[in-house]
Formats: sequence, structure tokens, C-alpha cells
Amino acid sequence: MDKIVSYRHKSISPIIICLHYSGSLNRIKPWFLRGCLLKLLPFFFLEAFRSHVSYEVKDDVAVIRINNPDSKVNTLSIPMQREMAEVMNEVWANGAVKSVVLISSKPGCFIAGADINMIQACRSAEEVTALSQEGQKMFEKIEKSPIPIVAAINGSCLGGGLEFALACQYRVATKSRKTVLGTPEVMLGLLPGAGGTQRLPKMVGLPSAFDVMLTGRNIRADKAKKMGLVHQLVDPLGPGLKDSDVRTVEYLEEVAVGFAKGIVNKSIPLTKRKGIMQKLQDYAMGIPFVRQQIYKTVTKRVMNQTKGLYPAPLKIIECVKAGLEKGSEAGYLEESQNFGKLAMTPESKALVGLYQGQVACKKNRFGTPEREVKNLAILGAGLMGAGIAQVTVDKGVNVILKDTATEGLSRGQDQVYKGFNAKVKKKSITSFERDTTMSCLTGQLDYSGFERVDMVIEAVFEDLSIKHKVLKEVEAVTPPHCIFATNTSGLPIKDIAAASKRPENVIGMHYFSPVDKMQLLEIITTDKTSKDTTASAVALGLKQGKIIIVVKDGPGFYTTRCLSPMLAELLRLLQEGVEPKKLDLLTTSFGLPVGAVILADEVGIDVAAHVGKTMTKAFGSRLDGGNIEVVTTMVEKGFTGRKAGKGFYIYEKGSKSRNINPAAEEILKKFKLSAPPSVSSDSDVQYRLVSRFVNEALLCLQEGILSNPMEGDIGAVFGLGFPPFLGGPFRFVDAFGADKLVQKMKKYEEVYGNQFTACQLLQDHAKDSSKKFYK
Amino acid sequence: LVQTKSKKTLAKPGVKNIVLVEGVRTPFLLSGTIYNDFMAHDLARAALLGLLNKTSLPKDAVDYIVYGTVIQEVKTSNVAREAALGAGISEKIPAHTVTMACISANQAITTAVGLIAAGQCDVVVAGGVETMSDMPIRHSRKMRKTMLTLNKAKTLSQRLTLLSKIRLGYLTPELPALTEFSTNETMGHSADRLTAAFGVSRREQDEFAFRSHSLAKKAQDAGLLSDVLSVNVPGKGIVSKDNGIRPSSMEQLEKLKPVFIKPHGTITPASSSFLTDGASAVLLMSEEKALAMGYKPKAYLRDFVFVSQDPKDQLLLGPSYATPEVLEKSGITLDDIDVFEFHEGQILANLKAMDSDWFAQTCMGRKSKVGVLPIEKLNLWGGSLSLGHPFGATGARLVTAAVNRLKKEGGQYALVAACAAGGQVVFDL
Repeated sequence: MDKIVSYRHKSISPIIICLHYSGSLNRIKPWFLRGCLLKLLPFFFLEAFRSHVSYEVKDDVAVIRINNPDSKVNTLSIPMQREMAEVMNEVWANGAVKSVVLISSKPGCFIAGADINMIQACRSAEEVTALSQEGQKMFEKIEKSPIPIVAAINGSCLGGGLEFALACQYRVATKSRKTVLGTPEVMLGLLPGAGGTQRLPKMVGLPSAFDVMLTGRNIRADKAKKMGLVHQLVDPLGPGLKDSDVRTVEYLEEVAVGFAKGIVNKSIPLTKRKGIMQKLQDYAMGIPFVRQQIYKTVTKRVMNQTKGLYPAPLKIIECVKAGLEKGSEAGYLEESQNFGKLAMTPESKALVGLYQGQVACKKNRFGTPEREVKNLAILGAGLMGAGIAQVTVDKGVNVILKDTATEGLSRGQDQVYKGFNAKVKKKSITSFERDTTMSCLTGQLDYSGFERVDMVIEAVFEDLSIKHKVLKEVEAVTPPHCIFATNTSGLPIKDIAAASKRPENVIGMHYFSPVDKMQLLEIITTDKTSKDTTASAVALGLKQGKIIIVVKDGPGFYTTRCLSPMLAELLRLLQEGVEPKKLDLLTTSFGLPVGAVILADEVGIDVAAHVGKTMTKAFGSRLDGGNIEVVTTMVEKGFTGRKAGKGFYIYEKGSKSRNINPAAEEILKKFKLSAPPSVSSDSDVQYRLVSRFVNEALLCLQEGILSNPMEGDIGAVFGLGFPPFLGGPFRFVDAFGADKLVQKMKKYEEVYGNQFTACQLLQDHAKDSSKKFYK
Repeated sequence: LVQTKSKKTLAKPGVKNIVLVEGVRTPFLLSGTIYNDFMAHDLARAALLGLLNKTSLPKDAVDYIVYGTVIQEVKTSNVAREAALGAGISEKIPAHTVTMACISANQAITTAVGLIAAGQCDVVVAGGVETMSDMPIRHSRKMRKTMLTLNKAKTLSQRLTLLSKIRLGYLTPELPALTEFSTNETMGHSADRLTAAFGVSRREQDEFAFRSHSLAKKAQDAGLLSDVLSVNVPGKGIVSKDNGIRPSSMEQLEKLKPVFIKPHGTITPASSSFLTDGASAVLLMSEEKALAMGYKPKAYLRDFVFVSQDPKDQLLLGPSYATPEVLEKSGITLDDIDVFEFHEGQILANLKAMDSDWFAQTCMGRKSKVGVLPIEKLNLWGGSLSLGHPFGATGARLVTAAVNRLKKEGGQYALVAACAAGGQVVFDL
């Protein structure tokens, strides 16, 4: 059965800016979907000896090695920068050194970015600006180095790391899959603050520079070479006389030393001969009018995508513009000042908080499970079942996909195949990797082979008696250690577990649709679920690449429960005569990635009706809102949402524009309510929706469903699309003010009653303004 | 391969003795030169006829023919059969073609060994052939699809609709790929990475190439390459010498630029085999049959091993894996071997791999390294770098060369190894 949230890929992230200039089509990629960038580091105080940077002179080439002793990755921390400055001064003072190679000793990481703690420790914009200016100065020295410096890149070269590399005279990168270049600062509400906004446009041209900085996406080495970010590529080596990773880095160093010597003896040119297209583009960029047009277009796109809610992209444009139009001095100044300003914005703090939460939710706090899941069975080959299969089968887990009918099974297997085939087309995997991966997936209609299965995830129809039936069937054929995970979006796990002989092995794993795109996994434990079962479920989820929150059992758990009152309110607003299009506009301008009405259509009106009924049964009138009859009537007429082609909107294949479904409008008219003017302004509409969501989230923490506010924020943002720049419902309450929110709710409570009664936790926070969810 | 005079026989109880009676090959020529007008089966026929003539074997005495080839001419996909028919061998004698990249001929030989050992045949000709002067260049997949659908179109309008769908891009031809299908990497590229992984320097490779060409030249001048036939190429006269041997100086070799990984790779045109045309053949028999027919067999064929590895990072390391295995199978050591004939595809990386404990333990799952291969016993009459490497034919050349060297040098055991695309290797002993 399909899940509560099903966004289409494109709409997930509001922060991503897609740049279509001179035919360069850049895919939009949600930023949550990507890996880590900056790593937390403990603060280090000055030490007399050098622990982060070392160097040796080979012939006349100084090879400088970066190696943070306390972490798996290198970051530009204060000790790192200090030691780097010392080493550079020594090298420059050494007359015997004719060139420099800069390389990391860490496998899989060049420099992953600036130390985020260093920025967080600053109390004012001025302090951050000063940090930025120090970085700028250091890289300026590198850029003006009297001897050539070759950056030898293997692994992540991100943020400040890329800015460092850009300041060097020459860049060589390995073609390893781990090698990625990029400026992810925008995803943290920041900008590349160490010369990135100034050097990138000169190096790769204005359109590509905007693309790189505004999307923050990771660029693979071969693409980086095409763009002109790196000069040469080096192939990763297989095992030879040493381990493959070790030898590859050695080889990279040998090749880079060769290039360094080549640059000195002039056999390797520093500038690339430009193609005709490049020359044309350079010429066009030389025309002020063209540049102005680009700024305008890009700004418009940013505004379109972010609704002006994210300040960082606009600041990036300003910095680039300042550098190109007013000269580099003005550009660098603008960059450092804006960097300082951005670091102090609530948006950046929220995004950094999300990033840190995301890192925390990628760890298994339940320990290593006794047994690794090597064989997984999935029941039901629908969208969810096949989606779960897709994210599992390429992680070295054998997957059985079982359905009850050949048509369903074949559709499901096709879905998985299409998923991998799309990766082949994007060249992120080879067709052989696709085929070998697919060979680990078995589609079947019976329970054969279930005696070897370590875990079963059921994604069958959302009906308790069916769930009981499959649970009993599964327990009859699986070994005693086998875990039974149910992918329900609303049914309490304990009710499902009631039919089990081994309730300690029963757990909820709530995936979000589409599974391969949505990063969240909500794991639900009952009182009887064993710790090892939980550890095992989390371990599998992490393998699948999910961000995981673990919550207690209860109707709707956490995510469905927060969404439910908001949808009920949405229905009431529709009955009160607010146009669907206007509702969508109001919700997107609040920061939701998709309009709330479209969301309802995507979720499925039937699903919404089902969940609404279950939730009202469990929580009573508090979760009421609009008249449930509206949706039941719509379901009767077949308007079940996007999947049926008709919901509140009409969906036509191949057409992007959406028209209102007049028949649905008719139904709404039949159930029309009058809109009380005191609570129906645009802002009231927004806060009626949001306050019910937020209040329910807080209630989940109050009741112990959630174990901490951070998981609540992560769940709301990554599972339900709560605006990322607000950081999640808990951070929102901190920033907006609990008292202000309670005031608004009181106003609505007078009109609608207990649905807007602020929960105790929210009231406590309102009474005592020193109470915060985040310190 | 074991010569008949023996300090210790490797014969196994209950296994038939299989002997090599004779081996021949056409001269190996640079592609696009004298064999320009030959098709693959022409070359294969030349080798086959040459073998029959040299051994005076009656055409009806052959029981079976197996050939190896890599890039197949579509018209003669069973090139062994076409060659046999052309050579006037009875149409009643079956022939089949095998393919296993650069060790296709080795596969042909071991197939023949299997047929004899199983008692199916007594006299088998095995060989290999390759021509790179001509190769099947195809229409693009889209064009082929259109053309095939066109066949089925019944009405004029159907045909016109189909024809109207043809776009300029459809006309781009498809060349036979020299890349690994599974990894999409060319062999040269993979080889360059392999040399880097084993730290083989440019200098070492140049020196080895220099050695190969010098030894080949010496062997050619001394008339040691007795397996080379004289072939009459219509309109171009008789060829009787390989034409790829170019002994030059180290200075000249140093000037060459890398061909695969540019600009920092280490493999140059000198340290890689040139594209070659050629065919080879060997005559194998059961020992009783050979003696009964009055032949004096040159050597026994004892053991062989095929191994395979990761096609990406270990593509050309077959010999390193197979050498210890085949030695253990035969119960002898590296020191017992008198003659080594190794295919010169990344041989230096293989030598380093065999001499590394780390590689033996980490990649091969062995306790210790295989050992140092004595270079003074290796490829003394030149190798694939200098003589050339017609993919499908090289395996039989290696075996014949090993046998002839055993005779000439008075050795007892020979070891033949080659690496192939797909990461497999063969070993004859």
C-alpha cells in the first residue's frame, strides 16, 4: 500500500536552483539526498609540533601532505590552517624547491570543507567575516605563489577544500568514485567564503559557476575535467604490490610530481587551449549586457524556487556580481561580509542543525545486531515493496520479492529494473553492475526459500486481518530468528504483533514513497520489540542509505500523526471556500516543497480518508477538521488523487499544467462552510495548518512517542517536507516563540475548539521563554 | 610440454599420452600490409595446408579440426570449417571454432587434448587465426532494427514511413570493440593501470621491448623460427618472414609517447603489441597413433589450467594465478622448468606479481609468493611484442615455440602462459 507522502522527485527541495543557460540542462537534485560534507571536529588548541600537515622534498618538488590525526576526514580547522601557513612559508623560503604538490594522506578525502564548529563557535557576523578574510588571504598567497602548486585530489574535495584547490596553479584528480568536487555551503545556508565566489566564475564561466554554487551538488571527476575544474585525471589502480587505495594515492602523487616538474620545465602548459564554444562563451560573457541578463535570469529562478525564503543563493549571486562588475577587491569584501551575515541567519542555523541531525540519524544507537541481514524477503511488489527491494538489492543483500499475482510481481520487478537502468543511463553504474545487482533479486509467488530469510518486510494492503494472515503464514515458514517488519503507515504495530508467536521479533519500518528518493525511515518499536530486533532494523535501514528515526508505537506513530490534523484542517479550509490553487500557493510560500492540496492528491484521497478515520477513532474530536464525508464522496466517485488521474485536480499524462477538477469543486460546494472572517486571512490559513502540525509534533514528544526533538525535526523535514529553512517543528517553536504560537492558537481555539488547544509542552514553553528545545 | 627423454616422467596412470607432432604458423604480418586482401579463413587454410605438407599427413587421416579466433568474420563464423573445406580436407571431417580472447588458440589446443583423452579422436589439428586487416564493421543498432523491420513491411507506404524515420545518426558505423564488454575499458588502458599498480616503470618496459625485438631479430637471422611457413599471397609474391620485428635503440624507444593513458601513462607503441594478421596450427595425436603412423613426436602435453579474475583490475594477471596452480598439479617447481614461453601482454606486471608475498596472500589466497621467474629462460626467440599478436593465433605459436626451444636447448619441461581479455589464462605443460 502506498505511503502517506509521495512527492514527485522534482518538488522535494525548494533550495535547489536549476540553471538553464545556453542549453546546459542541470538536473535538480534534492540536497538531502546527498552525502556528508563537513564533519564535526573537536576543537584543538595550538600545539608546538605539527600534527596536521607535513612535507618532504622529492628532487626539487615539495610534497605537502594533509592528515588530520583525529578524524577520518580532513577539515580546514584552525590548527590545520596554522600549520599549513607555516609549511608554506618554509617551502617558499627553501630555494631548492621549484614546485609543490599538495596531497591528502586520507583515503577517500582530500579536504571535506571548513570546520563547522569553528563557524558555530563565532558569536557575531564580524567574527565569521574575520574567519573568511583569513581564509581569503591564505588562498591569495597560494594563488600568487612564486612556484607552481599542484593539488592532487583523491576523495571528497568540498567547500573550503575545493576553494583551496582552486587557488592552486594546477589540479589533478583521480577518477575514483569517491572523488567529488563541489561547494555544498548553500545547503547549510552559507556561501563559499574563501574566494570561491570569485575564482569559480573565472575558472568555469558564469553559468557553470552559478550552477555549482547554487545547487551545491557533487561533481564527479570526469565532469569536473569537462567543466575545466581540474586539468588532468588519474585512473584508480587495482591491487598490485599494495592495497588498491594506498597504491592509487601513491600513483596520484607520482603523477602529480611529474606534472609539477613538467610545469617548471614548461613541457606542461598551465592554460588549456580553448575550444570554439568556450571562446564564444567567453566573448559573450565579456558583454556587460549579457552578464546583466544572466544575473536577472538566475535571480528569477532562485526566487521561483526558494520563494525568497533562503537568503544564501541570493547572496551568492551578489558576491559573484560584485566581483565581476566592481573588481575583485570589492568582490572579496562582499564575499567575506555576506559570509558573516549568513552564518548568523536563523535559516543557516536551522540548516546546520538539520545537517547535524542527519549525521546523528545515520548512526545505530542500538549497537551492532547479533546477525546481519543477508537474505531479505519483501511481501507485496507494489510501489513500496518494489521500492524497498530497489534500495536493498544493490547493498549485497539477497532479496526475495513476493506477490500474490504475476501481473503485480512483474510490474514490481520492472520498477526495480527501471530504477537501475536509469542509473546506467546516467552512467553512475555500468550495465553489468545493473545485471549483477538484478541477479540478487528473486521474484516469486510462493514462500519457497523463506527458510533462509533473516528478515521479512511486509508491504501488503493496509488491513489488519490481511496483515495477521501474512504474519502467520510467514512465521510458519521462516526460521525462529527471522524478524517481521511491517511497513504500515498507520496501523499500531502492537495490534499487528498480537497475532505473532514471536512478538519480540516484530517491528514497524515505515518507508516513504518513492522509496528510492525519500531519505527518511521511521522505525517503530512496541514494548515487546527486542533491542536486537531494533538494532537489526536500523542496521538494514542504514545500509539502504536511510536517515532513521526510532519512535514508540501508537496510532500514526510520529509522521502520520503530525500530517493527519494538517490534512483535516486542509479539508476544512477547502470547505470554507479557499481555492485549491490559492491554498497551494499559501503553503508553498510558507516553504512546503509542494502545495498541501497537491500533497493530498499525491498521498491519495482514499488513503487520507482511511488514515483520517483511524486517527479520529484513536484520538477523538481533537483530530477532526473538515467533514470526512467530503473525501468519502470523492472516493466513491473515483477521485482518489493523482494515481486515478483525478483528485482535487485533474492530471493528464504529458501535461504539466493542472486544472481544477470541477466535479470535486461541486462536492466541496455541497459541503460548503462559511469562513469565519476573524481566522481566515492568508496568514491565518497558513498558521491554522502549521500550528496543528507543530502542536501534534510536540504532543508526540510529550507522550514519549519521540525520544528527542532532533528526531522530530528530522522526521518532519525529511519525511513530510516541513520547510528545511525552519529546521523542523521544534526548531520552529524555538525561533518563532512558543508564546506567539500559543496566542495564535488561542484565537483559533475560540472558533474551532479543542483541535487548537495547545499541548502542555507547548504551554510550558510559552510560559517560560528560557525553555528551548535547542540550546 | 615435456620432452620425451626424461629424468622424471609426468605421465599419469590411466591417462592417455598426448603428443605434439608438429607446429607451424604463417608469417605474422602487420595488419594492413601484405595480407590486406586475405580473409581469416584464407590465413587459416594456409596454416592448415602448411602443417599437412610439413608432416606429409594424408588429408583423410585427420579426425577433427579446432580453431580459435577472436573477432569473427560474420560470413565465416565457423572459420575452422571453412579453412578445412578450402584445404581440401574431406567434408566428412567435422570442425569447430572456439573463442576465448587472446587464448583462443590455447583453448583450441586443450579442446583437442580433451577429444583425444576422451578417446573421441586420435588425430586432431588445432590452431588459431586472426586478421585485423579486415573486420566486420556494422550498421548501428537503430539502423539494423529499421532494416530488419523493413523486411517485414508489406506495403509501399509502410516502407516509406520506416525509411522516413532514418536519421543521419543511424548511419554511424559500429566498430568491433576492443574494450572489455563488462567494464567498457580498453585493454591498453587496463594494462597501463596494471603496470602502475605494480610499479613497473617506463624504463623497465622499454628495456623489455628492446629485449623482445633484439631476441626475435637474432632468432630470425639464425633461422631458429623454423615454424614459420612460406605463404604465397596471390599478386604479392611469397612471404616467409615476420615483418614486425624492428630492433631499434633505447634512445628511440624513450622518445615514444604513451598511447593509452595520456600524457602520464607508461605504455608506448613499443611496449604494446601491434595489430597483427596471422594463423597457426599444431598437429596433436595420441602417442600410440603417432608411433603407429611412424611419427617422432616432439613433446608430450601434460597439464593445463584456466583461471579467471576480476576483469577490471586484474585483467591481465592470469599467468600469475595459473603458474603455481599448474606446477602443483604436475608436482614440479618453477626451478624444474627449462623453457618459459609467456605471452608478452603485461608480462612485467606478472613477474612482479609472482614475486610479491603481499599479492600472493591478499589476492591469490596463497601462503607465499610464487617466486622469481628466471628471465634467462623466458621468450628467448622473441615474443608477442616483436613477433606480433594475432589474437586468435598466438596460443599455438607459444606452444610450438616452447617445443622447438626444448629441442634446441635440450631441456625437459616447458611452461606456456598467456593472459586474455576476460581475465583468463591457459597453461600447458
